[in-house]
Amino acid sequence: MSASEREPILKVRDLSVEFTLGSNGLFGGKKILRAVKGVSFDLYQGETLGIVGESGCGKSTLSRAIIRLLPASAGEAVWLGRDIQKMNSNELLDLRKDIQMIFQDPLASLNPRMTAGDIIAEPLKIHMPNIGKAERAVRVAEMMQKVGLLPTMINKYPHEFSGGQCQRIGIARALITNPKLIICDEAVSALDVSIRAQVVNLLMDLQKELGISLLFISHDIAVVRHIAQRIMVLYFGEVVEIGEAEQVTMDPHHDYTKRLIASVPVPDPKVEMERREERRKLRRAAAKAA
Amino acid sequence: MALLEVKNLKIDFLTHDGPVHAVKDLNYTLEKGKTLAIVGESGSGKTQGAFALMGLLPKNGRASGSVMFDGKEILNLPTKELRSYRAERIGIIFQDPMTSLNPYLRISRQMTEVLELHRGMSHAAALAESVRMLEAVRIPDAKNRVHMYPHEFSGGMRQRVMIAMALLCSPELLIADEPTTALDVTVQAEIIDLLVDLQEDFNTAIILITHDLGIVAGTCEDTLVMFDGRVMEYRKTADIFDKPEHPYTQGLLAAVPRLDKKVDRLSTVSYDFMAAKGEA
Repeated sequence: MSASEREPILKVRDLSVEFTLGSNGLFGGKKILRAVKGVSFDLYQGETLGIVGESGCGKSTLSRAIIRLLPASAGEAVWLGRDIQKMNSNELLDLRKDIQMIFQDPLASLNPRMTAGDIIAEPLKIHMPNIGKAERAVRVAEMMQKVGLLPTMINKYPHEFSGGQCQRIGIARALITNPKLIICDEAVSALDVSIRAQVVNLLMDLQKELGISLLFISHDIAVVRHIAQRIMVLYFGEVVEIGEAEQVTMDPHHDYTKRLIASVPVPDPKVEMERREERRKLRRAAAKAA
Repeated sequence: MALLEVKNLKIDFLTHDGPVHAVKDLNYTLEKGKTLAIVGESGSGKTQGAFALMGLLPKNGRASGSVMFDGKEILNLPTKELRSYRAERIGIIFQDPMTSLNPYLRISRQMTEVLELHRGMSHAAALAESVRMLEAVRIPDAKNRVHMYPHEFSGGMRQRVMIAMALLCSPELLIADEPTTALDVTVQAEIIDLLVDLQEDFNTAIILITHDLGIVAGTCEDTLVMFDGRVMEYRKTADIFDKPEHPYTQGLLAAVPRLDKKVDRLSTVSYDFMAAKGEA
């Protein structure tokens, strides 16, 4: 069954997010910063949509608006047929059980005063309060095993883990509520190359096993191409390109996407020398256009 | 004579739990105007190995071995004597430009200070030279921007300022410690290309420290791969990419997703070679 025949689990239409900046000096009026400008896309069950773009392009703001951690100024985000903007607090709690997040900095996104076990168990306590203590412990142990952590590490604190292990704790915490969608906000960007491959593989394996959808936000289009079926390119808050991962990376249409792809280092000295010349040309062209 | 010759460099950190051997045996040579990449993951000792040359180890760090710079031993020199090497003959660029620039001072002050102190220039001459250097690293409108504060620059622009500062006294050696890790991919490519251009213009020898083998490919003549404080492989960059010999290097190269090759599953780095060596 092709993606188009199914109903998307998340429909985003013309979503905009604005920030009001404080006035500059006595007579300066308030400034409006339009961080996300009319973004639309669909996400299907079991699909990974990659979102790429440079710092400040609105990738994270968009994802935060989708789960209503930030208010949208216009447009709508529809989760399983219900408009997220109009949800009451009970529905919102449900939404946040269904949509979980994994953040960039593996250590900073874990509470340093909680043990790994407590961190992973916390969403269960909030979203499924009628699960007993014993059952909770069983689920936490199972989840730790699933993400490649030894259950004997359950009483350790975040600082006792490596970066890759911390990110595994973050993944376990996100998965414990059986979510339908996980938003990975630069989830592997801070990891060493050697660890990054392990975490990417883990995410892909878990997705295959559990059938969850991923919104995979990253500035690294090579990683995104590997993990995602479709890629959306954001530039200054706007979608400049969206399509099949192969098509976007092999035949980019927008100038920014072209520049982005030309900038990804290729581990081949001969190819890279030629690409440097290519980049110089693109940069000169961009400078001329500006 | 080589510009830099590092022999049997060992670095230990004295901790409450006993000594930690961060660098176990590091050897390399760098000729004038050449480039060397030192590649390794966090904790491999790549940064401490370079910081030791400049006497920048933390208080509990102990370095031994030999570092010859332009024919003179500089390892463990007293700070007073090292000062004539720092900035003047060996420049350094750090990973995070925001924390290595002083947020309270204008860029102009931070740059002219270097020239007034090390070169005894007048303020006016130092300012003119600073502007010239900012132009060399392609900061637009350098004449006005030199008077701005670090927070008024973007991350990529800040890193350019750092590079300009490091090059002020035209050092013979530039150590760049993960200069692009905090930057966007497009900006990373610009900074790396800029380093290559400047290296050609100024004929500075460069040590590029990174965890990303990808950015090394088009940049450095020689590559040294480190793991666990030891050298895994040290050869011509072209040869390493063509035919990586050490299993660790092979693992690192295969773990990076490539735009020009599609794989179903990323291979991960295997550390089996450690166990194999232990048994031997």
